[in-house]
Parts: sequence; C-alpha cells; structure tokens
Amino acid sequence: MSNVLELSNIRKSFGTELVLNDLSLSVPEHTATVLIGASGSGKSTLLRCINLLESIDDGQIFLDGEEISDPLINVDEVRRKLGMVFQSFNLFPHKTVLENITLAPVKVQGKNKDEAVTAALALLKRFDLSDKADQYPDRLSGGQQQRVAIIRSLALNPRLLLLDEITSALDPVLVNEVLSIVRDLKSDGMTMVLATHEMGFATQVADEVCFLESGNILERGSAEAVLHAPINPKTQEFLKRVHQAGRL
Amino acid sequence: MSERINSAWSPSSREIQRRGARKRISRRQGFIAAVSTLLVLGTLISITVTSPGWAVVKKTFFDINYGREVFPTVIAGLWINLQLTFIGGFCIGVIALGLALLRTTKSPALTPFRFLATAYVDIFRGAPLILIILLVGFGVPALRLHGIPSNVIFLGTVAVVLTYSAYVAEVIRSGILSIHPSQRAAARSLGLTSGQTMRYVVLPQAIRRVVPPLLNDFVSLLKDTGLVSILGVTDAVRAAQINASRTFNYTPYVVAAAMFLLITIPMTRYTDRAIRARTNAQSSEGVI
Repeated sequence: MSNVLELSNIRKSFGTELVLNDLSLSVPEHTATVLIGASGSGKSTLLRCINLLESIDDGQIFLDGEEISDPLINVDEVRRKLGMVFQSFNLFPHKTVLENITLAPVKVQGKNKDEAVTAALALLKRFDLSDKADQYPDRLSGGQQQRVAIIRSLALNPRLLLLDEITSALDPVLVNEVLSIVRDLKSDGMTMVLATHEMGFATQVADEVCFLESGNILERGSAEAVLHAPINPKTQEFLKRVHQAGRL
Repeated sequence: MSERINSAWSPSSREIQRRGARKRISRRQGFIAAVSTLLVLGTLISITVTSPGWAVVKKTFFDINYGREVFPTVIAGLWINLQLTFIGGFCIGVIALGLALLRTTKSPALTPFRFLATAYVDIFRGAPLILIILLVGFGVPALRLHGIPSNVIFLGTVAVVLTYSAYVAEVIRSGILSIHPSQRAAARSLGLTSGQTMRYVVLPQAIRRVVPPLLNDFVSLLKDTGLVSILGVTDAVRAAQINASRTFNYTPYVVAAAMFLLITIPMTRYTDRAIRARTNAQSSEGVI
C-alpha cells in the first residue's frame, strides 16, 4: 500500500513557542489517521501545515511522493488535492449552499456550471440536504452547516481529507449527523487525517490513533491499543481526564 | 419550532393589570415629551422672533418673493452639483477600489504601487479639500499642458475625485480587513488563488459591510461639491452668491441650503436605516 501522505521530522514554532517538534507520520491510502491530544498539543497546526496554510520550519511533507514543502511548489495546485474542514465551518455567508459548493469546482477546476451544479445536487441528495440548496448558511443549523462544509470539500474529489475538530463547535445532539458522514466517507475508502475529541468515534473509524503532546506523537497504534490499553503514562493521564469529563 | 398558540388562551388578571400599568406609563411619557418639545421650540422661536434685529433678518434672509424669483437659477446650479456628485461618485468608486486593493495586496510585483497608493492616501486624506480645489483649479491650467481641459467644472471635479478617492479607499480597505481570516483560509484551502479569494469571497462581503459608511461619504460628497464654486463654477452655492451680492438680500443662501437639505436629509435617514439593518444582521450572525 502506498502512502498518500508522508511527514518526516516536521518542526514548527510560533515565535519562541515550539508547536511541532520533530514529528513524523505516514498515512497510507484509504486509511483514517486520528489525532488526539489536549488543546494546544499541535493537532490543528499539524493539519494547517499539511494544507500549506502554515509554513514549516524544518522537515519535509510528501503528497503522493511529491515534496509539497518545497517553496517552489504551486500551493494552489497542492490545495486542490487536499480537502479541509474547519471547526468553525467557515462557509461563505454571502453565497447559498449550492454556490458555496460549486465555487471551487467552477473557478478552480474549470468545470462548467451545469456540470458542477449537477454534481453538487447529487452530493446534497446523498447527505440529505437537497432542500437546503438555495438557503444561505445563516438559516442552517450548526450540524447542517458543517455537513455542507464537508460536501464543499468533497466536491473537489480530494486525494486526502483533513478534518480539524469538526464537531467541537456543535451541541451534542448535532454531532452524530456530522460524524455519520465521516463514517460513510471512511467506508468509501477516503483517506483522512482528523483531529477530534470524540473518542468513541475515533474507535469506530481510526486505522491509526496518534496521541500528540507538546508537538510530538508520544504514542501511536490501533484505536484498540492507544485508546483502551495505552502504554505511555501521559496518554493514560490524558484519557483518564477525557473519561472523567464523560467523553469516552 | 414554537408550539402553536392556544386559541382558548385569554390573558390572566395579572397580565391585564400589567397592560393597564404599561399603558399609563407610556401615556405619561408621551405627555412629558410633548410638553418638553413645546417648551424648547417655543422658547427658541420666541427668542428669535422677539430679537431686536428680527425684522431686518426676516427681510434679508427669509424674503419669500425674492426666494421665488431666484429659485430657478439656484435649481439650475444644483443640477451642476448633482452631475458632479454622480459622475465624481462613479470615478471615486473605481479609483478607491483600485487603491484599496493595492494597499491590501501582498504581491511583490506591485510593491512600488503599494507605496504610491499609501503616499497618495496620506496626502489627500490629510490636506483640506478646499486647498486641493484651489491648487488643481489654478495650478493645472498654469502648466499649459496640451490636451488637459482648463474647464473649471472639469478641474473642480478632478480635485473632489482626488480627495474623496482617498477617503473612500480607506473605508473599503477597512471593510476588506474586517473579513475574518478564516474566510480566506477556507477559500485558499479550496484551491482558490489569492486573487480569486479576494474577488469571490472577501470583496463581496467587505463591500456589503461598508455600504452604510459609503452612503455617508456620498452625502458629504454632494455637500462638498458646493466648494467648487470658489473656482467660479455656477453651482447652487455660486448662483445664490451672485444673486445675494446683486441685491444684498441673503434669501438665495437660505434657498440653496434648503435645496441641499431636501436631498441630503432623506439620504441620511436612509443611511441610518441601512446602518441599523446592518447592525441587526451582524448581531444575529453566528446564532444557530
């Protein structure tokens, strides 16, 4: 199995604060890698570095064997192959659901409008949002907005999907409708890297779970191993706190 | 999803009491407002009307017959102000947008233009409009360049456009900067280039946000076109001045002021409403 994404010895700091410290990670095709860890452990920064929204201080990032951390690379072309979904949805408030989804296929991929609309409507139908196509984002619930945001990045047929705590801004009732999409995508064979605090969900979809602490992966392995029989004392401590908060 | 209101409901006796109390309070407040208004207005009017010079003021400023006589010339002048406002407004919009985009771009090829745009805004935002009008109106013809019209209306418009472009550019730029970086991040992560991100995501939201302050500037623009009269353009102000200096009766000034107010008051009311609508929309943003 070939690796879609390969990170080697990534280092990143903001000012004097070291956020990612010599971090390496491989993501094989059709697998889901789940990043867990406390806030500030570097999960979001890692995803933003992969998407080239942040530049790294050292190390290399490979996408399908091509080094995308090369400063001479065309970042727009790289980002076309990567889907990214944010904690705060970030839909475009001045565009309808349909326009949000078709913007990039038309302007970036050069698809013709009708084709893009047909594809978008098919995706909306698949995820039960057909009746929202012409609504503006502020008329949608948080869960619906986040589902639209996922569909928006799917419309570009990404090689790799990056999901950054996509349920953290949702109330518990709405979390599941968003996570069920991700489960669907996983069974379709989408390659994903996701940061999450939903440990139950992590158990269901993760091929590999990585526990991040101060910018490095302290423990990695199957969900069963890392979440239920952690070896590293820091992982144990973190999971104990998650458990106490009632999130396991 | 509120439940349907029960049709069998009738207000409780406590609620009926409360409604009565509310009605009494609002009646009392209305009474106080009316008395206060009458008192203040009455005092102002009686001070004016009983002042020793009122008879003279009434004749020299509020001569209705003379006002009627000069009305056509003032209106003809106002037409010039309106033309200046709309033609100038269009040019200002185009130039200001260009300046705002230049000042917010990070493209290295545009670095010299970014510096120039910043210098331009600093200069024209900082210098009094009347000085710019004088400098352009008298300085440019003195250059005796071929192809540059020495028409005062044209030069006056140029001066106003130069100054207002700087104001409006800053308003648009503040709108661009007010768009949250997460919008840009979302657009860029979809593969849109920085230019596409600006055009399809940032600018449409930014312009919507700055419409109320732009309407404010538009009202100011209409008023400030009156300043080109110092170059000898026969606009409403100048027309009034000519008539007033002919007869030493200042009624034409009052007529001109009334004409400006007739246009600017509805515009400012509309602007206030737009601002209120905008604030309401913003306060409901992000509420699920």
